[in-house]
Amino acid sequence: MPIDKNQVKKVAKLSRISLDDSKLESLSKDLVSILNFVEQLNKLDTNEIKPLTSIIDKSLDTRDDTVSEGQIKDQILKNSPEKNEDFFIVPKVVD
Amino acid sequence: MKDKFDYFIKTENNKWEVIIGLEVHAQVTSKSKLFSSSSTKFGGKPNTQVSLVDSAFPGMLPVINKFCIEQAVKTGLGLNAKINLRSIFDRKNYFYADLPAGYQISQYKNPIVGEGSVTLDMPYGTKKVGIERLHLEQDAGKSIHDLSPDNTFVDLNRSGVALMEIVSKPDLRSPDEVNSYVKKLRTIMRYLGTCDGNMQEGSLRADVNVSVRKEGEKKFGTRCEIKNVNSIKFMEMAIESEAKRQVELIESGKKIVQETRLFDTKKNETRSMRSKEEAHDYRYFPDPDLLPLEIKQSFVDNLKNKLPELPDKKKERFINKFKLTPYEANVLISENNISEYFEEVIKSADIKLAKNWIIVELFAVLNDKNLDIKDSPVSSKNLANLVNLISSGEISGKIAKKVFELMVQSGDEPSKIIKDKGLQQQSDPKELEKIVKNVLEKNLDKITQYKAGKEKLYGFFVGEVMKASSGKANPKLVNDILKKELKK
Amino acid sequence: MRTFLLFQRLLIKMNDLNDISLSEIIKLIKSKKISSLELANHFINNIKKAKKLNSFITTCFDQTIKDSKSFDKKQNFDGLLPGIPIAVKDLFCTKNIKTTAGSKILENFVPTYESTVTNNLWKEGAILLGKLNCDEFAMGSSNETSFFGNVVNPLENNFVPGGSSGGSATALAASLTPATIGTDTGGSIRQPASFTGTVGLKPTYGLCSRWGIVAFASSLDQAGPMTKNVEDCALMLEAMSGYDKKDSTSINRKKENYFKNLKKSIKGIKIGIPKEYRVDNMPKEIEQLWKNGIDILKKSGAKIIDISLPHTKYALPTYYIVAPAEASSNLARYDGIKYGYRSKKGNNLIEMYEHTRAEGFGDEVKRRVLIGTYVLSSGYYDAYYLKAQKVRKLIKGDFDNSFKKVDAILTPSTPSSAFKIGEKTNDPISMYLNDIFTVPVNLAGLPAISIPAGKDHKGHPLGLQLISKALEEQKILNIAFAMEKEIDFKQSLNRWWE
Ligand SMILES: [Mg+2]
Ligand SMILES: [Zn+2]
Repeated sequence: MPIDKNQVKKVAKLSRISLDDSKLESLSKDLVSILNFVEQLNKLDTNEIKPLTSIIDKSLDTRDDTVSEGQIKDQILKNSPEKNEDFFIVPKVVD
Repeated sequence: MKDKFDYFIKTENNKWEVIIGLEVHAQVTSKSKLFSSSSTKFGGKPNTQVSLVDSAFPGMLPVINKFCIEQAVKTGLGLNAKINLRSIFDRKNYFYADLPAGYQISQYKNPIVGEGSVTLDMPYGTKKVGIERLHLEQDAGKSIHDLSPDNTFVDLNRSGVALMEIVSKPDLRSPDEVNSYVKKLRTIMRYLGTCDGNMQEGSLRADVNVSVRKEGEKKFGTRCEIKNVNSIKFMEMAIESEAKRQVELIESGKKIVQETRLFDTKKNETRSMRSKEEAHDYRYFPDPDLLPLEIKQSFVDNLKNKLPELPDKKKERFINKFKLTPYEANVLISENNISEYFEEVIKSADIKLAKNWIIVELFAVLNDKNLDIKDSPVSSKNLANLVNLISSGEISGKIAKKVFELMVQSGDEPSKIIKDKGLQQQSDPKELEKIVKNVLEKNLDKITQYKAGKEKLYGFFVGEVMKASSGKANPKLVNDILKKELKK
Repeated sequence: MRTFLLFQRLLIKMNDLNDISLSEIIKLIKSKKISSLELANHFINNIKKAKKLNSFITTCFDQTIKDSKSFDKKQNFDGLLPGIPIAVKDLFCTKNIKTTAGSKILENFVPTYESTVTNNLWKEGAILLGKLNCDEFAMGSSNETSFFGNVVNPLENNFVPGGSSGGSATALAASLTPATIGTDTGGSIRQPASFTGTVGLKPTYGLCSRWGIVAFASSLDQAGPMTKNVEDCALMLEAMSGYDKKDSTSINRKKENYFKNLKKSIKGIKIGIPKEYRVDNMPKEIEQLWKNGIDILKKSGAKIIDISLPHTKYALPTYYIVAPAEASSNLARYDGIKYGYRSKKGNNLIEMYEHTRAEGFGDEVKRRVLIGTYVLSSGYYDAYYLKAQKVRKLIKGDFDNSFKKVDAILTPSTPSSAFKIGEKTNDPISMYLNDIFTVPVNLAGLPAISIPAGKDHKGHPLGLQLISKALEEQKILNIAFAMEKEIDFKQSLNRWWE
């Protein structure tokens, strides 16, 4: 068993996705089969292999330090489900 | 000032050593953000300095600011640190209202700057503090909790601003050392122009890691991290109270839990961040939207060659060349603007007089008016003139103080003030002789005492003469005449 | 003369624009035998009659008509796609046109910006017809995960068109658009192309800008063309590709003229046949298809060389670690704050997140986000994610080695033809196996094209895949062009959905 229901709950919490019991049941089943499937990789010895960091062979391109964006508050807020003139509005954060 | 290190938490039976490590977040001085071209200016209207990238719209991609890379490398060089020619940007994943992408782009396993060090001047000698690393990362936006009882408001102006996270080794041992360390970092970065160090504007914040152990013990205790402390004063207070809390816990037989805490400035105590207690798991992995950052050694060398003289070097030079005491040198190098001012003044004026005038008189005024030396009402040229007037004997120290006061008020040149206010020195021997004689005539009894051996009275006569001349008498002439008259 | 032109025009309509390629349509436009407006109306009519296929999420006909009229007013034939109406996958952000990625969580999202790739098409003269259905966030191989319902394969009712670019494949095959673009993270262009008898190309990673495309797995995602033939494919690739400084993974190089440089001669070219693609219980028909492909290549003067890509069988497991890992992070931005759906439930921020994402994401997305979160989480990172990145290196190494010996590799595109709707929805793994031949290419960042190469016993099309070294798109286009002529694949649809 690569993952149990408690772990699925924990992962769901980390992913910020609420799961009711029936969903938890069916998802856990799927996750177990997917993880069993990917665990085929364990047959492969990769101790000497360096992990791939990028698929293309080039260094990071850079840009100049100039200001050319911003002052588009209306565009930024336009699609928000809850906002006022200036801010995004979210339910109270409890610290 | 103590000349021996002495910071321990002392209890009935034990002496506890406090171990401190700092993660300083320093805002990179740059016009635009780390991965987008929106402005970093402080104090803009909410959500006006936000690009589609900063607010993580679907399909938006980061492109790195070259200047921010330069700034990080420069800072690394200023910290005598190893510059890593290949570094990698990772995503740090967590959900928060002011983190639009649900992850912060940071550097985890491969930072741009590796190990280095900073030297502190403590009253008990110099102390080297190890730097573990410096990495580049994005700042988050701002959550505003006090505008509404039910809601939090989010402003993304800061979202994406470049930060350097400078992680020290656990080498600090007292609030004083932390104070000195943060100030030193700030001085270095200000010299380099890589961070303005403005704590009110949040350009410099720190996470403070604190643990305690009995004196002499080798093993570190369990540490707690106090998040996001935004003033040096609060850092000192937080360390003090957190160390005490830990000692009390251990001495009462309890265990320290490694956790993240917040400093409550009103209660002067740290408290656990309960909401963050639940599984903290940042799931770092290399950001697939960015490639490894590769810089050339020539790029580093080029920056190195253009580096300004750094505080430690400057201090050494000031001590050796200008014969300053370490204390004076420290004060004068604490900011680039100050040392520049000082060097400007002494180009044409006496060093010994000049340094005193700067450290004592000028600093008092600047402190009082809460001014940066850049905005000093007394320009370096005017101060040099004033010092020269004193050393050439044209005005006395006392008059100089009066002139200085007027210079502060008006910003005028000293000779103009002297002329306008009639503060020129009285150097006419005949006039002075008159005044001296007048004083002596009024104090015949004192002359008798003086001649009988009470030589201390000499000063009294000088004082009276100066008073009579409203301080304007040329002290050297006064001396000559007085001595001559008293011999009669 | 006038009457002659009129006569020709009528003739074209009778011949039906549905049966001709994009390149031919462009010829008609340039020779003024048809106007952009007439074209637009033709496709709009087709789209209106094709509701049953469910291939469109959004249409913008008023805008299409307006744009085609203004093209006709000042015809400009400088671009590669003069006045051509085109529908695109709903994963490309389009300015002022709703963009959903097939998800409820973006149900009402209207971007204020245009993706680089679509913008490139408009700059070449193309005109937007609408946005095509796809699997939710491109996660799927049958177009059944879309919040907007499954898409139907125009070949036969009740059959899937493949995915995730299923709406694109269907719209193209059913002539609701003369050409289209999709995205391919693990086969999402090539597999639906294969299922619908069309041509699909996944370019080299970095050839087409990812800016403005809703991200699924950043290190694998690539946009690419889907067309009725290879010539059109070259044309579309030329139009959409190019360096973009807004995408740090974009490759900075001169734009190629794939269309002009297309040539059929492949004499002496070396084609590798990887033995590992002969998977267990592969249908005989696929085996036969592959063999036919090899024969055609031989006949055209190519040299066939047996090669080995030893880590092929690990590609799919690797993919199902890397892609979900990146997706779990890429999809964290859908949090109900800045745009998209927000649940009314929840008393605080955390609960709002949890309900928003539970209600906004479908099951397949949830599966992948959870898997992705899991494989990156502390204690599992090394065993899963890091391991997968190591295997990915081995897979890339296999290809690098092979390309020392051969110019291109020929494989089947998919292990089967289109399957029935609902046939594989209960078993994620059986669904994932669809991409067994396409996924290695994404992991290695290489270009690959799928061309229709035959039919199975039900008369459903099957595709062959050609893979080359990075940035050698021209080479596989040329080989495909040569093969296409020999294969002479024909597909006539009775337009049962109309
Ligand atoms: Mg920290
Ligand atoms: Zn940090």
